[in-house]
Order: sequence, then structure tokens, then C-alpha cells
Amino acid sequence: MKPAPFDYVRAASLDEALSALHEAGDEARVIAGGQSLVPMLNMRLARPSVLVDVMRIGELARIEHRKGMITIGAGVRQAQLERWAPLAGTLPLVASMMPWVGHAQTRSRGTVCGSFAHADPSAELPLALLALEGEVHLRSKKARRVLPAADFFLGMMATAAQPGEMVEAIGLPAHGIGTGTAFAEVARRHGDFAIVACAAIARPGGAIRLAVGGVADTPQAIALPDPSDPDFDDRLNEFAWALNARDDLHASARYRRDLVRSLGRRTVEEAVSCRS
Amino acid sequence: MPKLNRDTRTDVTFTLNGKKVTARSEPRLLLTDLLRHELGATGTHVGCEHGVCGACTVRIDGEPARACLTLAAQAEGADIQTVEGLEPEPGGMSPLQAAFREHFALQCGFCTAGILISLKALFDRKPGASEQEIREQLSGHLCRCTGYTPIVRAALAAQAQMREEEPRNA
Ligand code: FES
Ligand code: FES
Repeated sequence: MKPAPFDYVRAASLDEALSALHEAGDEARVIAGGQSLVPMLNMRLARPSVLVDVMRIGELARIEHRKGMITIGAGVRQAQLERWAPLAGTLPLVASMMPWVGHAQTRSRGTVCGSFAHADPSAELPLALLALEGEVHLRSKKARRVLPAADFFLGMMATAAQPGEMVEAIGLPAHGIGTGTAFAEVARRHGDFAIVACAAIARPGGAIRLAVGGVADTPQAIALPDPSDPDFDDRLNEFAWALNARDDLHASARYRRDLVRSLGRRTVEEAVSCRS
Repeated sequence: MPKLNRDTRTDVTFTLNGKKVTARSEPRLLLTDLLRHELGATGTHVGCEHGVCGACTVRIDGEPARACLTLAAQAEGADIQTVEGLEPEPGGMSPLQAAFREHFALQCGFCTAGILISLKALFDRKPGASEQEIREQLSGHLCRCTGYTPIVRAALAAQAQMREEEPRNA
């Protein structure tokens, strides 16, 4: 339960971090809060030969709200976002999820972007990114690119980030007036892995989007009709089957499908009821 | 840029319970092992070493955190408080510790150091935390022998006493 040896670079600037990542290629991993990476190091599920610590880079620790977009830098800890005063007004969906993200003792260190880079299929923050159709800002020594959430998550703990690239920030569109959002999760306890997590968004124009985490290898989203529509339950049921739920230690596939149907309907109804 | 070589032990300096300390560590050393093996501060316990049990919880810059999920190198320059830093004078007990004894909130004591640190951090930030908030904070800890009811009782009693002593926090 001790990490295998690695070199450790404490980057003082973004340039330094990107150069170190560039040099080491796929042997390197970024360490930010370390709340997902260090368990993997301890269990030797990850054995990088270089760790690049980005937490001393001041410019990455910022949350910015500009032109309807909230940008969260790679150095922003989850607790910092949780206590960011405008959160409830600008990202109510994220605000309602925060108590479910790990525990207070891990949110204190874990970063928001780290949760995306780790891409655990049952994690809440990636679900928010997909539900809100956010974007991921990737940066390497030579280039930068911006990917929509759906193109970033490739599979269980697999993302589109290439060797030498790091998540520099993520962008989430600020809450639109009149939009309703809702979140619900079933887990053994707050902070445990989600068995099923649902996030719903109801736009004033009538569009409804439901995103589900904890079932497929990546969070998945679907557009749905109004819950009063006779097709609603069939569409949700098809979606529940299409997620290819599996049996595991925590729950059976059938239970997960049941949860997608019941929790899915409930979150959509709640989102619709707070739409105006 | 400071690059620490995997085989080289370098100095890490931070504040531990109000005193500046320096210890030698290689990059892969965990903060738990630095505290216990290099500095002899064995009040911090190690259970699971992957962030699940909370036995290793210490405060890093005021926030409760898993020392087993923190590399010693990440603690450079930080302000760290461990259970040893709770006693008001050598051999004495803080109100929180006294309440744990009074209410039988520990049996084997393995989980206790981490829980005390988490509760202290909660009450410092939010002296009037509700029972619900106390329970949420405790959800980051596993106790396998006492059970949580006496722990919650002790936390509430300590909170009441601390607020009596320092009414401006009320
Ligand atoms: S030893 Fe750190 S959480 Fe269990
Ligand atoms: S007192 Fe024994 S584990 Fe909590």
C-alpha cells in the first residue's frame, strides 16, 4: 500500500508544468489534490514515473464568471467551489451535487478538474459537465483545444486527454433564467460511489435533458418529452436498457434500470416543477 | 523548477502543531508515514491507506484532510495540525477530548484521532453546526466498534460546552 517510486516536479508556472509533461510523455501524471490519484498510486494501479504538481500555480486556482460561462481552473479545490458565494445562483445543479462529492475530508483537497480528468463513471461532477453541456479546456506545450463534455469522456476512467496534455480548466454555462434543474442520487451513504445518479434540466422553451451516471462506463444523457407525454415512460425505459447496466458488488443491473426509471422520472418532474 | 528525484531524500518543511519542523522524505513518502516514522507523531493512525476510513485525518491549512492521500512533498510550507495539537497543555484534554471520555465515545480509539480533528475543524469553521452537519462530517469516518451514537452525543456536548465558554461564537 505504498506508491512505487516516481520523480516529483513542483511546477511554479503553467509553462513549467507543460514542459515537464511534454518531456515525460505518457510516463507522467498531473497531481492536483491527489484524492483520486493517490489511492491508485498506493494500490499501485497507477505507476507513473513522474508526477507534476500543479497546485502552486496561482493562475490555475481561479473561478471566473464571464459572458455566461463559469470557468473553473485546474487548481480549484472542490471545497473552494462549494463555498464560492455565487454558486447557488449560477450553477444550482452543481450546488445541489456538492454534498455528494466525496466527503468534506476529501473535498478539502480534491480539485474539480481532477474529478473530470479521473473520469470515474459514478462521479457527480462529470455528470454535471455532461448534463450542462460544458466544455473541457485541454492544454499541452504546443497546443490548446476545447472539447465538449460528450467527446471528452471516452470510457471508464478514460478521457480524450493525450500524453503531454492536461486539463487546464472546465467551462460550465451559467444557469439560464427560468430553467429548472434537479439532482438525485442513490448511494449507500453520502460520499460513497453512486449506484445511480440523475441530473435533469428543463428549459423554459420545453426542452428536457436527463443525464445519468453510475450505470454505463461514462455518464450518458438523453433528450426527453414532458413527463406528462404518453411516450415519456417508454423513452426512459429504452434509455435505461441502452445503458447496458451490469451486476456488481453494489447493485444488480435490474436494480440499476429500476432506479434509472424511477429516479429519472422523479428528477425530471422536479426540474419541470421549478422551471418558470 | 524544483524536481525531486525518486531516490533522493530531500527536506520537507512545514508547521506541525504550531512548531516549524523539517524532515527528510523521498517523493513517494505519504504524509502519514512522514508524521509517524520520521517525526514520531504517532497520534495520527493509519487504517486503509486509500482514503476510505478517515483514521489518518489531519488538518492541512485548517481543513480536515486524509494524510494517507497526501504526499509529504505536497505538505511543503503547509500548516498542519494533528491530534497531538489538540491538548491545551501537556497531558491535558480539550473540551472535545474530555467529552469523548465522558460519553464513552471511544472503545479501541483507532478512529478517534481522525474524528476529533474533523470535528475540531467543523466547530472552528461553524461553531453552531447542526446535528445533521455533525453527522455529515462524521460520514467521512468509519468507527468499527463504538458506533456513532455516543460519538454524536459527545460532539453535541462538547459543542454546547465550547459555546458556553466562548459565547461570542454562539
Ligand atoms: S488511512 Fe487514510 S483514510 Fe484510511
Ligand atoms: S473506537 Fe474503535 S474504531 Fe472507533
